Formats: sequence, structure tokens, C-alpha cells
Amino acid sequence: MVNNGETTVTVAGLRVVRGDEVALDELNLRLFAGEVTGLLGPSGCGKSTLMRSLVGVQRVQRGSIDVLDVPAGAGPNRSRVGYVTQSPSVYGNLTVAENLQFFAAVLGAPGTNVKRVLTQVDLAEYADALVNRLSGGQRNRVSLAVALLGEPVVLILDEPTVGLDPVLRRDLWALFHQLAAAGATVVVSSHVMDEAERCDRLLLMRDGAIIADDTPAGLLATTGTSDIEAAFLHLVQQAQVTTGVRS
Amino acid sequence: MKPRITFAVTARILRQLRRDHRTLALMLVVPCLLLTLLWWMFVDNEAVFDRLGGPLLALFPFIVMFLVTSVTTLTERTSGTLERLLAMPMGKLEFLLGYALAFGLVAVMQSVLAVSLAVGLLDLDARGSVITLGLVAVVDALLGTALGLFVSAFARTEFQAVQFLPALVIPQLLLCGLFTPRTALPPALEAVSDLLPLSYAVAAMQAVGTSATWTSDLTQDLVVVTAWALGALALGAATLRRRTA
Repeated sequence: MVNNGETTVTVAGLRVVRGDEVALDELNLRLFAGEVTGLLGPSGCGKSTLMRSLVGVQRVQRGSIDVLDVPAGAGPNRSRVGYVTQSPSVYGNLTVAENLQFFAAVLGAPGTNVKRVLTQVDLAEYADALVNRLSGGQRNRVSLAVALLGEPVVLILDEPTVGLDPVLRRDLWALFHQLAAAGATVVVSSHVMDEAERCDRLLLMRDGAIIADDTPAGLLATTGTSDIEAAFLHLVQQAQVTTGVRS
Repeated sequence: MKPRITFAVTARILRQLRRDHRTLALMLVVPCLLLTLLWWMFVDNEAVFDRLGGPLLALFPFIVMFLVTSVTTLTERTSGTLERLLAMPMGKLEFLLGYALAFGLVAVMQSVLAVSLAVGLLDLDARGSVITLGLVAVVDALLGTALGLFVSAFARTEFQAVQFLPALVIPQLLLCGLFTPRTALPPALEAVSDLLPLSYAVAAMQAVGTSATWTSDLTQDLVVVTAWALGALALGAATLRRRTA
């Protein structure tokens, strides 16, 4: 395990073009062990592209991404970086337990991990239910459980709390902090600004660029606002004034 | 190369198939029903059934396996599970072999059922042994599986995957020597049919039907079909990308 505070992810000069559009441009970023970093911004701002780049499944045009001292997506990272995509990537015609057992076999994780992750995402009583019969939120949690199977050192979670009830959301955020406290680097994306306050560190994204990087409290202080949504608006307006760009 | 991962993929696919009764029926029951239909059509003219039965023992498994494999693999690509697996310690070869093994096992079951029915109940008169007949049927089904895996890379939706059936399979069906001997085709079409894998699959079946012993022609046909299957698998592996745009 990595020591808390250590740099685990270094992105330098990252440029990603998808179709005709520049999704990310000249992006630089460092992430640290022990922190829950929130990636916030409207849909289409490049959050998912950045997360895919960190996992190593995104084709990139320029720049370097090092995760745990090797390039993103390199062999050693495939069992120590956990990734949850926006839509649940699990098999609908298998039960929850069968899904987890299969992915555990692929990861080489012990079968006992299946029980552990089922409890972590609060799905123990649904172990024998077919995934197709579950609700959207429950399916997302099966997908999250798969990412937790291999005891990942870096966790990349793309909107993992969408469609969940407030109690469950609170519990999952507690889980993210618990994993971070144990030395994991946790990145969580959301387009819901009210989740921002639960993060140790916030990255606000817009149009493929990071427009703010601070703690939630720090962000409110520098922008002189009382909530993250207002802070976001303030920063967007500021950017338009300084660059003269209208959107 | 980790056999553990390949077997995990195989076991998973078989478990999914066991739950999918329609697909299971399509793979195991439908070829038997089609053979029975053919037998009934020519119940007063056994020579025709003897001539067509063998080649169709090769065709039905080929078509069914092509269809099922291309759609199943495509679902894996579009649901995000393929991306997830390739972000894990999963080799492309392990993945494809897992698929080939699972559908290969189903192909064996399918062939055992279809050949037993054709020879045992419907009195298909094949000179060659039942074992050889079964072996050729399995190799042909594997060819369908491998081609199905390959073409799934060129479809974005299940609907597009199904479109490959009339576009790629039916022309082979017309030219494979079932309707008219390939030597009787116009020279240009004969040359084309020389390049198509189904021509060799059907030729192998015809060889089993007309000769009591294992001929060198049969060996040659089976080698070509196997080479096509392995080539399609290798090309299929090349279409699995860890990084996508």
C-alpha cells in the first residue's frame, strides 16, 4: 500500500481528441494517496474522458499519465486500479454473486472478497438475484462492487452515486473515505454540485479544462460564495472576463 | 497465458447460455428440426435427402453459431463489460479462447444431436463413419463461431450484426456447391468460391457422404476450414483494443 500523501497519479500535458472535438487540452494534474478527489462539472466537460485516460482505456493524442509509477493502463495497474463506468458494466443474465465470482476469478482475487464487497455496497441480501431484475441504482452498486474486488490502490468512480437514496449515498461516501484513510487514492465524478462538500479536494472542470483545484472550504473562501454551485458560476464568469470568451 | 482466466470466461458464457432458453433452443433444437423438415420434403426421394443431408449438417451449425456468436460478442462490446475486462488482467487471447471453447462445446453437443438424428432416425446414408461426420460438423460450427467473433468488431448494434448474415453468409451459401457443383459455375464465380471457407466445409461433408474411407481431399478441406477459423480468431484478437477513441 502507498503512504498517505504520496503522489500516485501524475498527468502532464494531456490532450485528447474525440471525433472532431478536443475533449481535454494541456491538462496537468497530480493526485495523492489518502484523498477523495471530486471531479465536478457539467456533462460533456471531459470528466469521463479524463477518468478513462487515468484507467488507460482512452486513446490519447499527447501527454503522459503515470499511475503508481507506471504508464496508465500498464500491466501491473490492471489489478490495482479499480474502475466504475457510468453505466453499469456487469452481466444482466447472471446473478449478483455470479458476476462477482467471475470478475474475482479474472482478477485472481480470493473468493472470500465476494462476500466482503457485497457487504460494502449493501447488497448481501441480493446475492442470488439476477442483475436484470435489479433497479438502476442497485446495478450501479454491483458495478461498484466489482471495482472493489481486487482491493484497488487507485479507485476511479464515474458517477457512482447516481440514482441512490440519500441514506445509501451517505454510506457510500463514508466507504470512499474509509478506503482513502487506508491509503487508497479515490477519484469520484459527479455532476451534482451538492456532493462536492463530501470531498477532500475538488477539481472543477469545464470545456476540457480544470478551472479550479482546491478544498471545498478553500474554494468557497476564494470565490466569496456560500455554496459550490455559486462558486462554479463565479469562476466561469471570471474566466470569461479574463479571456474575453463568451459562451 | 492463464488457463484459469480462459476457463472462467468459458464457464461464465455457458452459465449465461443455460439461462437463455431461446438461444439454447436455436443452437440445439432448430438444426434438428430443419433436418427433419428436409427429410420430410424428400420422404419419397431418399437419394435427394442423402445428397443434401450431409452438406446441411455442415451449414445449419455454421449459420447458427455465426449468428449467436456475433450477437453475443457484440453485446459484450456494447455493454462495457469488454472494456472492463480489458482494463483487468485479461489477455485478448484468453478472452477469445474462452469464447471459442464455450461455443465449441455447444457445437459438439449440437453436432452429436444432429448427426445422431440424421443417421439414427432419418436414415441418412453416409458412406463415411458417423464419427467423421460429427468431427466435420464440429469444425464447421467452429468456423461459424470464429467468423462471428470477427465480424462483431464491425457492427455497432445487434441489428447491424444480424445484417452480416445476408451480406456475408448467403453468398457463400449460393456458391458453396450445394445448388450446383462448383465446377459447373462460370469461371469467375468458381474462382471466388475457391476462396470462400464454406465451400470447403461443404466439400468436406460431401467427401464423408461419398467415400467410406478418409481421403486426402477430406484432410485438405478440413485443413482449409481450420485455417480459416484460426485466421478469423487471430483477426478477431486484433480487433479487441484496450484503448478506444
